Amino acid sequence: MKNVYINSIASISAQQTLDNTSFLDAIEDYEANVLSVINPNYKEYIPPAAARRMAKGIKMGVVASKIAIQESGLDNIDAIITGTGMGCVRDSEKFVSAIIDNDEQYLTPTSFIQSTHNTVGGQIALELQCKGYNFTYVHASTSFESTLIDAKLQLELDEEKNILIGGVDELGDHTTEIQKLVHLVKAEAVKTSEVLDSKTKGAVFGEGANFFVLSNEKQASTYAEVVAIKTYNTLAETEVLQEAIHFVNGSNLNIEDVDVLILGNNGDVDFDAFYTTLAEGFKNTQQASYKHLCGEFNTASSFGFWLASKVLKTQTLPEVVKANHTDTTSFKTILLYNQYRGENHSFTLLKQC
Amino acid sequence: MSKGVAITGMGIISAIGNNVAENYQSLIQGKKGISRVSKIKTNHVNDIMVGEIDFTNEALEQQLGLTSDNNYSRTALLGAIAAKQAIQDAGITDINAYKTGLISSTSVGGMDMTERYYYDYLEDKSTQKYIEGHHAGDSTQKIAEQLGIEKSLVTTISTACSSAANSIMLGARLIKSGQLDRVVVGGTDCLSKFTINGFKTLMILSDTYSTPFDENRKGLNLGEAAAFLVLESDKVVEAENKKVLAYVKGYGNANDAYHQTASSENGDGATLAMQKALDIASYNPEDIDYVNAHGTATGNNDLSEGRAIIRVFGENVPDFSSTKAYTGHTLAAAGAIEAVYSVLALQNNIIYPNLNFKTQMKEFNITPQLALKEKPLQTVMSNSFGFGGNCSTLIFSKEQ
Repeated sequence: MKNVYINSIASISAQQTLDNTSFLDAIEDYEANVLSVINPNYKEYIPPAAARRMAKGIKMGVVASKIAIQESGLDNIDAIITGTGMGCVRDSEKFVSAIIDNDEQYLTPTSFIQSTHNTVGGQIALELQCKGYNFTYVHASTSFESTLIDAKLQLELDEEKNILIGGVDELGDHTTEIQKLVHLVKAEAVKTSEVLDSKTKGAVFGEGANFFVLSNEKQASTYAEVVAIKTYNTLAETEVLQEAIHFVNGSNLNIEDVDVLILGNNGDVDFDAFYTTLAEGFKNTQQASYKHLCGEFNTASSFGFWLASKVLKTQTLPEVVKANHTDTTSFKTILLYNQYRGENHSFTLLKQC
Repeated sequence: MSKGVAITGMGIISAIGNNVAENYQSLIQGKKGISRVSKIKTNHVNDIMVGEIDFTNEALEQQLGLTSDNNYSRTALLGAIAAKQAIQDAGITDINAYKTGLISSTSVGGMDMTERYYYDYLEDKSTQKYIEGHHAGDSTQKIAEQLGIEKSLVTTISTACSSAANSIMLGARLIKSGQLDRVVVGGTDCLSKFTINGFKTLMILSDTYSTPFDENRKGLNLGEAAAFLVLESDKVVEAENKKVLAYVKGYGNANDAYHQTASSENGDGATLAMQKALDIASYNPEDIDYVNAHGTATGNNDLSEGRAIIRVFGENVPDFSSTKAYTGHTLAAAGAIEAVYSVLALQNNIIYPNLNFKTQMKEFNITPQLALKEKPLQTVMSNSFGFGGNCSTLIFSKEQ
């Protein structure tokens, strides 16, 4: 079986992450309950006429994939695997409201087409003229991890050499509004620096696109090796630590070998216990969090994957993500853990190359 | 690595039957399930025909023993019914005795409830339970819970009308690589105003019975359905002395990379998908005994798919037919519905008629199978194509 490497990364988020030469040097400090991305200059990557028609999710996905492919030094990739929890949700909203408001009349197909979950993956294939394998996973907070499982399987067996994977989700006004009603989105605006300790219901929501070229060949640009990935549809709070140990042991490592534990906690008082319970088992380990920077969304964990990749390549851990203070200065092995509202848990293990 | 990917159980609910046996009876009797839509209030009621399942949501909830405070979308209800049948058919009593995963697929997800309560959510608290049921993964989580699958790989694929074929493909790969011993794969989609109006704006809905591969085809009939199959490794089949219904022998996935919704003129993606599936199966084109075509009866699909079939099979195109005239196009579920029909074809050595066909297409001279045909079958190929250029082909076989 071949090893699997992260050969390039690209991130569009609420932070200045587009430029791969910087690493969270300046932090955007928001006070909000939803965080929109800092838009790249889409016209630099997509012809303006095409960009005008494209949903935001498509634009983010296309730009992030182009940056990732450029950094990988490839002309094209063998396969495209996209993860998205909600797809282009604004177009779904547009089409549903048009059906209701206009009593099923005067509808146009564009928003219907763009509401299809695989529209981002399809558009990326069109842009790159990639006729290879093309999948879209839509399973809530493990949508991105599903792309990782799939790509890893193909690369290990050498069925493909280079695969583009990514997680993308966009915010939609109506969806945000109803999600506030059921306390998925926090009722109050919270400062970025305070959200993880806010101790209130719900999360600050966000959006973004994080894309990566995975390969079974290491090269100069390589960020890290993907050692293992596992998802669980259910897991009890009491089982998380034990499962983490089991998972790490499965790669012939002990939890002492983990240099950084990256957690997907989002400041939701009802569900952060999953993370604190796990963190207690890693007391002496450096811990980090990131959802205060990018917000919570179905594929937010792809931002965590981006963060881990950067840490392993640059051997630096930005202050703003540190959740505790240890004297760890060498970062060889990173464990990521994520879940959303007690469901769809994942562990990901990355290693320095 | 497991060599074989055995199918050991199947479950289905569609417009032509509430279980596998009923579906098979309708198929061999040429009985279609297409009618005017009755459960969705739409202005287009007289302009379209659909494949609708008779049961109301309340009836389905009752069958599943759900309490009234449940927040199941119709997609989840149909999926849970079909998946439970599949588990029962496979004779599984302890779901967690082996590493068991679930891979479902849907395109509609919880949209049926979202479109019903879109504005009500803002005012009526009693409707708000459905808000969390909107996203596509919700129906899958519910199906996993209904089956008792815990702490396992559970995921959802949404590649438009090729979704369920891809869930079968991923399941087969996970079994082959040894990551799972057993996996429940399939798809579910209910009818919705959203899809009715969406396909209406694309002007690809027929106002009468759909006529796949007919020169005068007017478009598709939408349908609702769910189907799931249980895939098991050689290890489980041996240990449990399982009866194998058929094997997943080949699979291929490609992207047409041509247009957001339309297929390329010569079916590049479809051709690639069929060729890849033959490669994986180590088959030559002449090894395929029957092709269950995607055959949606849109002008674009049937021409593009027909040309792709000719590109793959040359002069010797095997018997082929589309079963969409029976069930309607069941979108994300279609690949699983037609996988069940393909396995039934193998089991019974039967090729289903392509209903409603009258006039030969001008662009080529291949004609679908028009009458029920008995013929010894070893292999069946099934095609599923979707928006976004997604093309998928599966090959099922009697022998490993």
